[in-house]
Amino acid sequence: MRHIRRKSAVAFVAAAALAAAACSSNSSSGSSSNGGNATSPVTLTWWHNGTTDPVLSFWKQTADSYHAAHPNVSFTVDPIQNEQFTTKVPLALQGNNYPDIYQQWGGGNQASQVNSGKVADITSLVSPWIGQIGAAAQGWQTNGKQYGVPYDLHVVGFWYRKDLFAKAGITSLPTTLDQLNTDVTALKAHNIVPIAIGSKDRWPDAFYWDEFAVRECSTDTLKSAAKTLKLDDPCWVKAGNDLKTFLATKPFQNGFLGTPAQQGAGSSAGMVANGQAAMELQGDWDPETMQGLVSSTAFKSQIGWFPFPAVAGAAGDPSVALGGGDGFSCTVRAVAACAGFLQYIDSAPEQQKFASQGLGLPVNTAAASSLSDPTLQTALQYTQKASYIQTYFDIAFPTNVGQALDDAVANYFAGQGTPESIVQSVTQAATGGK
Amino acid sequence: MAKARVMAAHDAVAVTGPAAEVLDTNASGTRRRRPGMWRKRTELTVLLTPAVILFVGFVLVPIGVAAYYSFYNWSGYGPVTDYIGLKNYRDALTGHVFLLSIRDNLVIVGLSLVIQLPLSIGLAMMLNRRVRGRSVLRLLVFAPYVLSEATTAVIWLLMLQPNGFVDQLFKSVGLGSAVHLWLADTGIVLYTLFVVLTWKYIGFGIILLLAGLQGVPHELREVAAIDGATPWQTTRYVVLPLLGPTIRIWTFLTVIGSLQVFDLVWIITKGGPADASSTMATYVFDFGMTRNQVGFGSAVAVILFAICFVFALVYQRFVLRRDTEGALTRMVG
Repeated sequence: MRHIRRKSAVAFVAAAALAAAACSSNSSSGSSSNGGNATSPVTLTWWHNGTTDPVLSFWKQTADSYHAAHPNVSFTVDPIQNEQFTTKVPLALQGNNYPDIYQQWGGGNQASQVNSGKVADITSLVSPWIGQIGAAAQGWQTNGKQYGVPYDLHVVGFWYRKDLFAKAGITSLPTTLDQLNTDVTALKAHNIVPIAIGSKDRWPDAFYWDEFAVRECSTDTLKSAAKTLKLDDPCWVKAGNDLKTFLATKPFQNGFLGTPAQQGAGSSAGMVANGQAAMELQGDWDPETMQGLVSSTAFKSQIGWFPFPAVAGAAGDPSVALGGGDGFSCTVRAVAACAGFLQYIDSAPEQQKFASQGLGLPVNTAAASSLSDPTLQTALQYTQKASYIQTYFDIAFPTNVGQALDDAVANYFAGQGTPESIVQSVTQAATGGK
Repeated sequence: MAKARVMAAHDAVAVTGPAAEVLDTNASGTRRRRPGMWRKRTELTVLLTPAVILFVGFVLVPIGVAAYYSFYNWSGYGPVTDYIGLKNYRDALTGHVFLLSIRDNLVIVGLSLVIQLPLSIGLAMMLNRRVRGRSVLRLLVFAPYVLSEATTAVIWLLMLQPNGFVDQLFKSVGLGSAVHLWLADTGIVLYTLFVVLTWKYIGFGIILLLAGLQGVPHELREVAAIDGATPWQTTRYVVLPLLGPTIRIWTFLTVIGSLQVFDLVWIITKGGPADASSTMATYVFDFGMTRNQVGFGSAVAVILFAICFVFALVYQRFVLRRDTEGALTRMVG
């Protein structure tokens, strides 16, 4: 889902064309039906979301080089537009035309897909090497079993404009919420929009609530919430209260409720790229998004990153980060071959290539130094030091609960509801309410 | 007086049209009864089978399947086993957001009838006159209808941002004080969307009505003028009644379209902020697809279908019947 967000939702026509292309080539997956044995020839149908370069070429090269080294494994690569996964995967898993490898964001969405019985448990196949990617792999576990493997990490933090901070006389980055509030005031005094947000898309709103929850709740509370879906601890309401106080400082642009996150120069990402706003709370994909929205790369030298600041008096572990990642799942038809390919994707040389091309934060720690962009390097170091990475709640929770949370927080941004009603919406959705 | 004469003329036109063909068919049928029956049957089978297969496969079966899912709590994965009776329907009809969505749909229907209809008729009449550049004007008015909804939505989404094109336009003509948060204000967003919908679909209404106006015989206007009718009277008592069938069809299509509006709203606002622009169709997508509640989404879709279906039946029975009589009803019977 996070990668879904990275790409703009504009390419509907392209999406339709790709969907048609994907449908037409599904039939080839039938040839992989006896691919359980890694030595017999097998053709893997691979659905990934890299519909545009550089990711598109990168995955093509990956498939080609793997095929060269393992001639018995061939690929039918179907790049599918991000938003299409929401509808295509459930439909595919209902029938018999499902892919052998497909894009997977883990968490509660994966747990829903596991119910189909078509997603393969690859725990034993990946256990020899999964240690290379550390704690991140936990996000792709369902009931303690590995049903997917990540290939990159995501982390949420503030992207800021160095030039605008300097203009407002801000000399050091805020490490506490009070400092952030002071900086917001300073920026406003210089007629600079302090923070841009794409509230039209709802999920950027949820990042704020998520971050406050991560600050207020203990790691144990965070971990158990994703399993029990019970938000009984008072820390969840406190997160809403923190949000209330923060919203009262009016840090966002005028009319932020109608602003898209990633579409066009007027989006929140576009505003930061064009120097119309000083900050945006977003995932590490934000610079790449900005790149697609403005014509020059001049903004890159002005962009920096800092983590969500500490909240005074909050009980949570301050070193917990909010994030997620992109990964792949295998289906039951060609498990061994698929798992072998996932190992290849996550191997140090492949991950180093991935990182050096600036495609994302690599999961394999051995590839960290290959990350060329210094700002992304900062974000990755912070992530690697984190004691725990809380997956964004809309992904960590089952889909219906996660979306209910996003909606409740978005409504709160629009002035409806209370910190308590946000928590209630989660409970209600978790117990089958609508 | 002019009115009565026109009505009579209208009826005469109706009878000489399709009804005459019906009579012909009957005549040939009686002459060669058996071979005719056989031929007719073959003809019907050959011509209707593909359509029936498509209709059953892509309309009736999906409706049936949706109705079936609507009685289950089903996420779209795994077997459909959790039967919950009418709970999905109860949840939908008692849900605050769904009722809000129905209200928004009704507002769009109402505004369409009150604003788009007179606007379409007025513009169509203007474009029906012999003015310089008429075809260029017609093309311009019709152009938005040709754009895809997604394209329209993205264009307007960008233009309606604060300090965007729309705001700049207002300011440049000295209406800076009229600038609002078009998409961010919960009290305004629905009306903003209605303006975009009107921009998009007005061309369709105009083209339809222009075609209708071609069917108004010039002689009738002349007769009315000779009888001393003012231009307004000619319009009111000659042109409008003859446009009746077109207006009734336009109304039908517009009401159904307004009840099902989705693409534009979803792309521009996602039904927000705070569900202020949620429609029944965006609700289905939001709660059915993005929340993985296929059973619940199906229930809402069935409700949406029922509303449209009932409207269509009632409208056909009481409003469109006079237009289709002879053409449809008698042919089938």
